[in-house]
Amino acid sequence: MKSDPSTLIPSLAALCATLGLAGAAAAEDLVISNWDGYMAPDAVDSFNEATGNSAELVLHGTNEEIMGKLIASKGAGYDVVFVSSPFAEILHKMGLAEELDHAKLPNIANLYEAATQLPHDPGNTFSVPYAWGTTGLCYRSDLLAEAPDSWWDLLTPAEAVAGKTTMLATDRWLLAAAQLAEGYSVNTTDEAELAKVKEDLIAAKKTLLAYDDTTFYAKLVSGEAELVQAWDGWCNYGIAENADIKYVVPKEGSDLWVDEMLILKASEHKEAAYAFVNWMLDAGNHRWAAENILYKVPNEAAMEGLDPALIEQYPNMGMSAEDLLGYELLMDVGEAQRAYAKTVSEIKAAN
Amino acid sequence: MPERGKTRLMLAILAGVFAFLYVPISVLIALSFNAGGLPTAWTGFSVKWYGELFANRDIMHAALNTLIVAVVSTLLATILGTLLAVGVEIRRRKGRFLETIIFAPMIIPDIVLAIALLSFFSMLNVKMGLHTIIVSHVVFNLAFVCSVVRARLKTFDWSIVEASADLGASTATTLRRVVLPVLMPAVIAGALLAFTLSVDEFIIAFFTAGAGRSSITLPMQIFAMIRFGVTPEINALATLVMLFSVIALALSQRLNRGGLPGQ
Amino acid sequence: MSPVKDRKPLYLMTPALAWLTAFMVVPCLLILALAFFRRGIYGGIEYVFTLENLAMVVDPLYARIFLKSAGIAGLAAGIAVVVGYAAAYAIAAMPRHRQPALLFFAVLPFWSNYLIRTYAWIVLLNREGLIVHLFRWFGYEGELPQMLYTETAVVIGLVYNYLPFVILACYAPLSRLNPEVAEASHDLGASQWTTFRRITLPMTVPGIAAGFVFVFVLSIGNFVTPALLGGGQFQMIGNLVYAQFLTANDWPFGAALSMALIAVMMVLLTAQTFASERASGQGGRDA
Repeated sequence: MKSDPSTLIPSLAALCATLGLAGAAAAEDLVISNWDGYMAPDAVDSFNEATGNSAELVLHGTNEEIMGKLIASKGAGYDVVFVSSPFAEILHKMGLAEELDHAKLPNIANLYEAATQLPHDPGNTFSVPYAWGTTGLCYRSDLLAEAPDSWWDLLTPAEAVAGKTTMLATDRWLLAAAQLAEGYSVNTTDEAELAKVKEDLIAAKKTLLAYDDTTFYAKLVSGEAELVQAWDGWCNYGIAENADIKYVVPKEGSDLWVDEMLILKASEHKEAAYAFVNWMLDAGNHRWAAENILYKVPNEAAMEGLDPALIEQYPNMGMSAEDLLGYELLMDVGEAQRAYAKTVSEIKAAN
Repeated sequence: MPERGKTRLMLAILAGVFAFLYVPISVLIALSFNAGGLPTAWTGFSVKWYGELFANRDIMHAALNTLIVAVVSTLLATILGTLLAVGVEIRRRKGRFLETIIFAPMIIPDIVLAIALLSFFSMLNVKMGLHTIIVSHVVFNLAFVCSVVRARLKTFDWSIVEASADLGASTATTLRRVVLPVLMPAVIAGALLAFTLSVDEFIIAFFTAGAGRSSITLPMQIFAMIRFGVTPEINALATLVMLFSVIALALSQRLNRGGLPGQ
Repeated sequence: MSPVKDRKPLYLMTPALAWLTAFMVVPCLLILALAFFRRGIYGGIEYVFTLENLAMVVDPLYARIFLKSAGIAGLAAGIAVVVGYAAAYAIAAMPRHRQPALLFFAVLPFWSNYLIRTYAWIVLLNREGLIVHLFRWFGYEGELPQMLYTETAVVIGLVYNYLPFVILACYAPLSRLNPEVAEASHDLGASQWTTFRRITLPMTVPGIAAGFVFVFVLSIGNFVTPALLGGGQFQMIGNLVYAQFLTANDWPFGAALSMALIAVMMVLLTAQTFASERASGQGGRDA
């Protein structure tokens, strides 16, 4: 082949065309977006094999990340997304979530009765719960002088622990730590209460190592941190590596968070999307998910068959649905979202 | 100050700065050969992290995507940026507005351009993927190519263009046969700079990428890995990226004997 | 004098300008226009004209964040310029044939991945990281101060990432300095310091200004470094903009902040151009 510069333009055009085609071909797949490590590694392959679909999994790091993309693109390109319940509510209120046809989701019957009647979406009209749990304290029992049992142990840590604590970076959970400590609702829109929460968290920041949503358990394992605010399942990742790591729901309580599966209205593969959600709700598949991600799933049939050894090793896996439902569900706060965001900005900007 | 003392001071400064620049990178390179993978203990020489790296299909796929994005966006940006530079410099009469537009891609915060492009593409119902990343990368790449080429044109002797015109050459011929050969080193330097920027670019790629795995680039993959803690494979990846940079930069140096890109 | 008097320049520039208009000017204007609309309850946009988003930018909280991040960016830029200038000066003082190689190695790290370079500092600085282990290895038993997730770590990360560019920007004018001028000054009895202060420094102001503005602009809009090295405890404007678009889902306010940020950058760049023009004595071609 001779290398004449004049061949450059046509080959460039050809390359562009190929790229366009490659993009189009890939877009035929069912696209599922989930957090990294939040599904059994073989889940998508098993689904494809079982149903003859060709689904692909993409990952998002945080709720915010996927929300930004979904809102800007009106959901185009995605078929099934996993987000936490307040975010699911926003997607619904913005008209991006599909109204679910229960005839295509027979496995919803496997869910706990209560999980189908959650206050933000009674009757699962737009969302199906995938995992649920608590937010509490995850700590190194071998390094702390005494086991923590209150949110104040995190907010005003003992001197030896100061500088070795982390809190979640996401707005709602960061605020929840102080809201719970003060005995407020985790969905409060009361200005005075938010002001107090802000004050508590600014004070707590002085003793904080970092805000951390993704590596707090690794920091516990390495010893960088000794006491962290954590979602129960992620604390289990730490426990898996170091048995001295323990999890506790503080005496003031926890929020109840629910991570959900949504089908997007803009999806061009709705049949396959329904098939995927229904496949995931199958008792065996959902149990396999729980055993892999070490989070509780709101699927009664799945949880009944859970390996007792797992509960032995990770005690919070044994928390009952009744216990969980005793906590207040995180809900979208609507207009107050702006006040929440500003409060968090003030906390993060404080010295 | 005596000359000897001055030379010593200069050498000391250089030693300090180079240590600052190279210690962190060297640490990653050394760790990439540490069997244990952790920075806390040396557990023996091993290349297993390289094995894991090449076995990691996601990373390899992302690397390929990055290569495609960088090559195509660089080609486009080099053509557009060079033409722009020549056009602007021939014109001489500078417009503030024109200068601002050319300069803007280099200063608009990435996050703003990223969000703007994302909304723009979805407003037009464009299906996003590698091609939208390419289109977006051309925006800032062409600005950088343009600035490198313009720097070269400042010292360009326009009389040879006049001579060429006097000899009856058409403008196109003059550009191709007279201007381009002189500019070539700068064009290549600009292209290499654009290529590197594109390989490195994360935020704009992140937002203008499509939904599927098919448009994940290497920086997006690296970001995801870093966020989930210390992954020894990153060290191996860092080493390879450095090696790649040495080759690319050495190449540009050879081609552009006058100096470094961006200079 | 321009040799080409026909409309050729326009024809040469059209493709690039069209590209920039379609994929930069139009999208950015669309986004910035949002600053004048009201935020809908669920994050949407209500097309009702309002100035409240722009008014919010000057709210003391955001003004404080602006100042704070300008402080961090200014510190990083200042350090980078001092260190970078010293390095460039030292390189220019080396024998001519060595300079290209030195410059090559000064710029090389700049060509590796930004995220990887930042990650290297996490490995070095964390509480169980390399520096702490080195201290322990040398027998130091005490508790070291927290290094990672501090403002210092953020500044180090920014300086580290942008230093090569400053070296490059400062080296260009330094290498063009005519050594005879310095010699003449020396012959006239000026001390080295006086020569540097009165001759070298003023002639290299454009490089310094370019380096400073570059580091400042990239730092103030950065959000990755504060997130990775600052443990999310420091808000740069970049983080604030990011948060409005993604976390708070408040696009109009995000747009208003972006506008303010771009305005700050414009002012700085104008100042830099002004500094360069003054330094080059209005004589040469305007650049």
